[in-house]
Amino acid sequence: MKDLVIIGGGPAGMSAAIAAYESGVRDILILERDAGLGGILQQCIHNGFGLHKFGEELTGPEYAWKYEKRVKELGIEHKLNTMVLDVTPDKVVTATNSEDGIFQIKAKAIILAMGCRERSKGALNIAGTRPAGIYSAGTAQKFVNTKGFLPGKNVVILGSGDIGLIMARRMTLEGAKVHAVCELMPYSGGLARNIEQCLNDFDIPLLLQHTVVEIHGKERLEGVTIAKVDANKKPICETMKYIPCDTLLLSVGLIPENELSKGANVDISSITNGAIVDQNRQTSCDGIFACGNVLHVHDLVDFVSGEAEIAGKAAADYINGRQKDKTNIVINADGKIRYTVPQKITEQKDVKVYFRVNDIYKNAKILVRDGDKVVLSKRKPRLAPGEMEYVTITAEQLKNAKTLDFCLEVQ
Amino acid sequence: MYDIAIIGAGVIGGLIARALSKYDLKICILEKENDVAMGATKANSAIVHAGFDAKEGSLKAQLNVKGSKMMPEVCRELGVHYKNNGSLVIGFDDEDRATINTLLQRGIKNQVEGLKILEKDELKALEPNISDSVSCALYAPTGAIVCPYDLTIAAIGNAMDNGAELKCNFEVTGIKRDDNDYEIFSRNDSIKAKYVINCAGLYSDEIAKMVGDNSFNVHARRGEYILLDKEAGNLVSHTIFRTPSKMGKGILVTPTVHGNLLLGPTSVDIDDKENKSTTQGGFEDIIENAKQNVVAVPIGKTITSFCGLRAVGSTGDFIINSPKQNFINVAGIESPGLSASPAIAEYVVNLLKENGLELKENSTYNPCRESAHAFCDATIEEKNKMIKNNPAYGRIVCRCEGITEGEILAAIHRNPKARDLDGIKRRTRAQMGRCQGGFCGPYITEILSRELCVPFDEITKFGGESKINLCQTKGGKSQ
Repeated sequence: MKDLVIIGGGPAGMSAAIAAYESGVRDILILERDAGLGGILQQCIHNGFGLHKFGEELTGPEYAWKYEKRVKELGIEHKLNTMVLDVTPDKVVTATNSEDGIFQIKAKAIILAMGCRERSKGALNIAGTRPAGIYSAGTAQKFVNTKGFLPGKNVVILGSGDIGLIMARRMTLEGAKVHAVCELMPYSGGLARNIEQCLNDFDIPLLLQHTVVEIHGKERLEGVTIAKVDANKKPICETMKYIPCDTLLLSVGLIPENELSKGANVDISSITNGAIVDQNRQTSCDGIFACGNVLHVHDLVDFVSGEAEIAGKAAADYINGRQKDKTNIVINADGKIRYTVPQKITEQKDVKVYFRVNDIYKNAKILVRDGDKVVLSKRKPRLAPGEMEYVTITAEQLKNAKTLDFCLEVQ
Repeated sequence: MYDIAIIGAGVIGGLIARALSKYDLKICILEKENDVAMGATKANSAIVHAGFDAKEGSLKAQLNVKGSKMMPEVCRELGVHYKNNGSLVIGFDDEDRATINTLLQRGIKNQVEGLKILEKDELKALEPNISDSVSCALYAPTGAIVCPYDLTIAAIGNAMDNGAELKCNFEVTGIKRDDNDYEIFSRNDSIKAKYVINCAGLYSDEIAKMVGDNSFNVHARRGEYILLDKEAGNLVSHTIFRTPSKMGKGILVTPTVHGNLLLGPTSVDIDDKENKSTTQGGFEDIIENAKQNVVAVPIGKTITSFCGLRAVGSTGDFIINSPKQNFINVAGIESPGLSASPAIAEYVVNLLKENGLELKENSTYNPCRESAHAFCDATIEEKNKMIKNNPAYGRIVCRCEGITEGEILAAIHRNPKARDLDGIKRRTRAQMGRCQGGFCGPYITEILSRELCVPFDEITKFGGESKINLCQTKGGKSQ
């Protein structure tokens, strides 16, 4: 029996553990599948982490170390090389490692912090052969940054997610030639600063509304055919172009890893692919919380840490019987606003509601309505799918609210 | 000098090698690729057909029905997953119903057991997700599914445990007959054997020509497939075929033994025996057809797509001849080749016996091989015992499929030994899940490098030039 079991020792898991500890919980166990704490930050050796949280530019390992050090100072128990196999709705966690074998722990509360995975090439159904030389950007990052090997020298990147942009620069610094970054959409899903610093600064072309239509090569990749796509994302034949290359990196989306959550019967949003949560980041399962990229994909680790603090503190309140559920306010998002987190509010207090839009909008207005009543209205000069936004709804504004409809007014 | 040389380490070569390893014979399997099961065996529908398709009296019919009866026992001995899930041939109109009746009659003549025609209501009760416009179906309770490369790896592993040898990267470039023996050459090696069994799949016609036999040709028929996540694996429980037409058996929808959902194949004759490209048209064809047969196919759950080449012989039937000067062709083994494979092996052993090959029992022969899934299939108590004896079983490397380092080490050190990433994938399923090796690929590369004592940047995906990494980084430590 444990008070709190946290699944995942990345930035979300560590931050949640520290917050729970600081809210009075002592009996905490972090289960981490890798050989060290830190999660994916361990391989993110570029800087840019921590600007919001610490006001300084840190590398991934430096950012992770701030939390790891604190976890160790506080003496929070963690098991490494430990894979969680199953979580039940009544909060029994089954895990395995070399020392303990397969073991079970019953927890009073669980925080899901498993992170996300990259969408693979297989999911895209690109025509052609299946040679070596095709990797997700994160896999290439692992080879380069932690193993010290270069997966290729002539590179095309499909998708302009942040990891793809970072790897365009990283491969270039290692002497590889990045011929192009192809993005299916008319805009990049990555951060504006990454487009600037990782592509423009190195003269790497970003081809918007382009995709890879065929893969060539028998043993090792020999080239790809790319094409411009029309408004329906269908390749335009006349624009097909062959680019010789030995490597194709994919940065075509991240998927929260919710296989364990589904096993625990946690309700999953079909839009975020993460759990549906309230302002405490509590899922549909009593006492099971979720935070970080397993809940929804974040653009900045600083936001992950912030969200995990909410979950950690709320789990502590839950364990100590301090949780106050009174209201039940459902948040709806219109078509232009792709999703919000949380999706419901159960307590009348100030709540930051995070959201993401589905396209690029300029001079837009966020409107939050409760029926006909406008609860909140906020102007945003620029909104992009790659950049998460939030509004704060005060306890006062939540008074007597039943539903909150988030919508976007565009001029 | 070997008694027997088998050219081709596919399911046919593998099961023949295993059947012959029962006897006191010196056997060598020659394979042009870096691993076994790399040709038609690797990418097909993975179905054990009941046996109502093939024309009565044909070798295909005879060996299919027999092979499918032998399959459960062979799989049990070799520790290979086999599932008797039954199959359905569904029809939409009167023309289909007539064809289904013909199949029923043919099946009865072929001595397929338990065939039955189901009407719409019974069918929908059995498989609720079948299209609402279906009218009837032929139900074959003996239809089953098996993993073809799992079967081949196990059969060859078992043959090797019983004394057979395997030479990979041995592409036969010439065969010379001296006195009563054969000398078989590759680019940089040669072996001698008294008997040669040609199981070279797509290339079996070219091998036959090397000994002057021009009696048949083999061409490639492309079949593309789409594989869906295990979350889609329960959409149907039976193998769902469309009523066959002149164009073949059409697109099927089937669960796999591993619990995924498989859609395919397309069927296009091509000239190039190496062209395993998937095509945009193929994807569209599969998706459109699958959706006609089964409602709500979740295409969004696709985890990979692939293309296999069937070895289609020019005679319309399996080409298996009595030994001519101690040379046997086992060619044109297209569908139902996998289903027939155990019977084909037995048939070939009998041909050799009739030809005068002395078959003395191998006194140490063991028909059983420890299952590659022994850990995976064990109870928690058994698993804990295994982890205690070998802590590597407590380290999960492939998170999607839950594959441990212990299983990966076994794949590297057990016959036939895995030497590349795809070899690990086929033996253990590591890298075969929803992330497709994104997370575990680097770890498996490291394990292969360590265990095989091969530099990290020489580890390949499937041999040859299919290297995973090309060189060290600027800061990578020098070798």
